Amino acid sequence: MSSTRQTAAEVVVVDYGLGNLRSVTRGLERAGADVEISDDPADFEGADGVVLPGVGAFSEGMDNAGPFRETLIELAEDGKPLFGICLGMQMLLTTSEEAEHAGEGDVEGLDLIPGANRRFTGDRKIPHMGWNELSVEREHPLVEGVDGEYAYFVHSYYADPDDPDAVVTTTDYGTDFASVVANEAGNVFGTQFHPEKSGETGLRILRNFVDYCAEQ
Amino acid sequence: MLTKRIIPCIDVDLDEDGNAAVYTGVNFEDLQYTGDPVEMAKRYNEAGADEFVFLDITASAEGRATMLETVEQVADEVFIPLTVGGGIRTREDIKETLRAGADKVSINSGAIANPELIEEGARAFGNQCIVISVDARRRFDEQGEHYVDIDGESAWFECTVKGGREGTDMDVIEWVQEAEERGAGELFVNSIDADGTKEGYDIPLTKAVTDTVSTPVIASSGCGGPEDMYEVFTEADADAGLAASIFHFGEYSIQETKEYLDERGVPVRL
Repeated sequence: MSSTRQTAAEVVVVDYGLGNLRSVTRGLERAGADVEISDDPADFEGADGVVLPGVGAFSEGMDNAGPFRETLIELAEDGKPLFGICLGMQMLLTTSEEAEHAGEGDVEGLDLIPGANRRFTGDRKIPHMGWNELSVEREHPLVEGVDGEYAYFVHSYYADPDDPDAVVTTTDYGTDFASVVANEAGNVFGTQFHPEKSGETGLRILRNFVDYCAEQ
Repeated sequence: MLTKRIIPCIDVDLDEDGNAAVYTGVNFEDLQYTGDPVEMAKRYNEAGADEFVFLDITASAEGRATMLETVEQVADEVFIPLTVGGGIRTREDIKETLRAGADKVSINSGAIANPELIEEGARAFGNQCIVISVDARRRFDEQGEHYVDIDGESAWFECTVKGGREGTDMDVIEWVQEAEERGAGELFVNSIDADGTKEGYDIPLTKAVTDTVSTPVIASSGCGGPEDMYEVFTEADADAGLAASIFHFGEYSIQETKEYLDERGVPVRL
């Protein structure tokens, strides 16, 4: 498919050996990015933005991301756009009840957005699976034009950041939880849902991300 | 609020030249060529489908290879979730299906033959991508464990394999409980009795399953129109309704179905 977009941001999708990277890669390409799938930290430094994809379990994800940990933290502190998707978003926080639940004790996340990932409790079906609505709580370039739109979620844990200002959008699943989070500087952010599986709304978010990378 | 999902099911077969093709029949007869699966997926995506289920109905190595190509093409064009089923029996089958671009795999007889496949798949790829599919059949004898009342008669549901041609004597309710404990992230409930009838989903079956598990449930078989979707969402607490022929033949559009549900207070993505 031809693209008329001028902003060819170079985006690296971090390959830590989990799941389906095809959809996120195609989605980013559709959004106008030049995409490279890489497990080499040197490539992250050269890119305009870095995507942490993810399905699977928290501790396994952190194990697999181990070799990139220092690089990701340094790049984030230098202001490089870093976008976590689903498990990739949860990895931006400090801890997860998922690791405790699995009896794996404290597994440290990247701690770029301080907070914990908590398990849904109460009388709700788990996982939270399907299309649910985004309610924008504060401005961030990632969520421009998506207030009130639907996105596709599949998860049993949700982010609970320490700083309420880290919450960019919320979604109602019995209670409101943070469906998009961002750090104070604005360059580290994540979506609990899968933009690459959220139809036009998701493609809009990917375009917002690619545009943001191009502007940095 | 989480919306109810409307899922078109696309049964992928091979045409005479070995290309992926979709045929639709009425009560398994008069199969007609309905289209190319990739084109159908694109059309349904534009029409507002929430997700797709692709089933390889060839049960052959050629069919499986063609299916993976089809999944790749769909995943490159359509940015909504894809579930792929048919003939998945090993961890390697799961892996290659996900790598082709599927988000979830639907496993039926492969899990009945080897229940540990559920744990293995869930551990390696996450619970969310392991969908356990059951082909349930009503039985009115004394062999079951969990009975429901159907029009005054006591019935239980048996897991069948080979499209309902073979029984297993396993009680569906026992099996879905076990599948959930082993790590299934979703259940896909087909009814041999309702399949092809267009007289509505098997409500007692779907309800018995949703009452038993806390994972999401896709109701399948028997949908003849939007009112059947309404019934399965409101009376059986299904999370998703699957339909094939009503959409393939254009009897109802997905949009029409969603508007019908929305007007009656069922949350849908419009």
